[in-house]
Amino acid sequence: MNAYDIVRASREKGRPTAQKYIDEMVEGFIELHGDRCFADDAAIIGGIGRMGGRPVTVIGIEKGADTKSKVARNFGCAHPEGYRKAVRLMQQAEKFHRPVLCLVDTSGAYCGIGAEERGQSEAIATAIFDMIRLKTPALTLIIGEGGSGGALGLSAADEVWITETSTYSVISPEGCASILWKDASKVAQAAECLKMTAPDLIRLGAVERVIPEQGFSPAFYAGLKAQIVSFFEEKSRIPVDSLVEARYARFRKF
Amino acid sequence: MNFEDLKKFFFRKPKNALEGTEDAAPDSRPASEAAIPEKLVEKCEKCGQIILSDELRDNFGICPKCGHYKKIDARARIALCAEQFEELFEGVEGGNPLDFPGYDEKLASLRAKTGEKDAVVCGTAAIGGVRCALFSMDYRFQMGSMGHAVGEKITALFEYATANRLPVVGFILSGGARMQEGIVSLMQMAKTSAAVAKHSEAGLLYIAVLTDPTTGGVSASFAFEADVIIAEKGALIGFAGPRVIEQTIRQKLPAGFQRAEFLQEKGFVDRIVGRREMPALLASLLQLHCAAGEGEEETSAPAPASSAAAAAQAAQAAADAAAKDASSAAPAAEEGGKAAEEGGKEVTA
Repeated sequence: MNAYDIVRASREKGRPTAQKYIDEMVEGFIELHGDRCFADDAAIIGGIGRMGGRPVTVIGIEKGADTKSKVARNFGCAHPEGYRKAVRLMQQAEKFHRPVLCLVDTSGAYCGIGAEERGQSEAIATAIFDMIRLKTPALTLIIGEGGSGGALGLSAADEVWITETSTYSVISPEGCASILWKDASKVAQAAECLKMTAPDLIRLGAVERVIPEQGFSPAFYAGLKAQIVSFFEEKSRIPVDSLVEARYARFRKF
Repeated sequence: MNFEDLKKFFFRKPKNALEGTEDAAPDSRPASEAAIPEKLVEKCEKCGQIILSDELRDNFGICPKCGHYKKIDARARIALCAEQFEELFEGVEGGNPLDFPGYDEKLASLRAKTGEKDAVVCGTAAIGGVRCALFSMDYRFQMGSMGHAVGEKITALFEYATANRLPVVGFILSGGARMQEGIVSLMQMAKTSAAVAKHSEAGLLYIAVLTDPTTGGVSASFAFEADVIIAEKGALIGFAGPRVIEQTIRQKLPAGFQRAEFLQEKGFVDRIVGRREMPALLASLLQLHCAAGEGEEETSAPAPASSAAAAAQAAQAAADAAAKDASSAAPAAEEGGKAAEEGGKEVTA
């Protein structure tokens, strides 16, 4: 598969979304709604459940599975209230010493009038600022598109993992081709140049693990869950100050 | 005129009225002709009237006819607002981490044209007699876009300021992340945010001055993480640019959308300030925080090259507290200085 094939796969209809991962991996998930300021953003699901018996906070960007839910979820493009909900739930997780799992799948944070009026920039900046100093373990898993600031807002974690046909980039290949070359037909070339697929991201140090997708079979979810459980197990033993310092170093290297 | 020029002429990017007219291609002369004297007159991009260049410069880039703010470069901004500027991390420069086609050439031509290594200038200075760390971004370098060099210098500056217990003043101007550095540029948002957070945890002041434009990855990171956020009158500030929003929602945006005044009305900036009033406001804010705690320790920080700055600080600090704190703060400051020096070495290597 070339880079553009992977871009297409990451957006493919029928690809499992955050809700599916939660259903498969989280025991007794209880969704918690709202940012306590303005609204509940359906593009971001948040809540508490257990993984391997351990209570965890899970926050996922949800694109929706069918047309109706895609519209309701705004195609996984979050508004400021989505990021504020995420921050609220992360701080709650910190208070109760629960690890945080973020599932990222978005083409980007929403660009619209309401999003600007309610401070999309401030919301994402605050999410990064708070998550990067969070005093509890945090892991981000990119399960489709990792689109720019909208993805980064939930990715200031101890580690970032990616499934093998997912992407992580500062801009979409379409955006890059149109801005740089003013030519929409150069999308495939832009996808190559942006180095947005798993092998390049590993090489650049932006992600730590690539998770083989195994056709999204039950074995895939079981294996992934086992890896996440043991990751949280290991990180929970580290003194919180060292954990936060290691997170600082993780991003300092770029 | 060759084919490339013709193409540029016929396929110009359509301008969105809300984005204003940028001074994007101020000087297309090759570097070899740079010795030719500066232009004597120029046309105001807003009112179209002819203004003497000297007059415009002496007026801080404000059109004497209509009051329009022309963008000013990083060093002009520092000269306008601060004294005794000592540059830091000037050796830091970015490479081409993705081997992006054409990017090396682009960087080389921007460096030749601007005389800067990248889009930010960092250092220490005195504002209203208070010593501070400051950074200033440059529109001439790809509209202040953030790649490794910009992120590295700003991060190093916050680390330096934390170690030396200095407040930070940031003059922000950026179209966002630098696309040609891909994921590396995205990571700068997290890297700078982490350094700002550490500085904040140390109880130190950060003032962000948002100038035209402040958008994209920079607005969604260190621009909106300050204790006090000031916007220059009329500045465009937002996450997405107006053109992108209009394409997404397929409607025209109202006049004034995403301008500084709009941001203040919506509650996202503390104050809107005119360019001329900026130095006085920054001085007052720094002095207010200096009196609350930082001032005493500042006198014990490693002496800046200019003794005038040190004298000004000494005047700021309460005399009784200075003696008490000097002994305890000195080793920490020294250590910090060393760490920052090492940091600088690491990145230039």
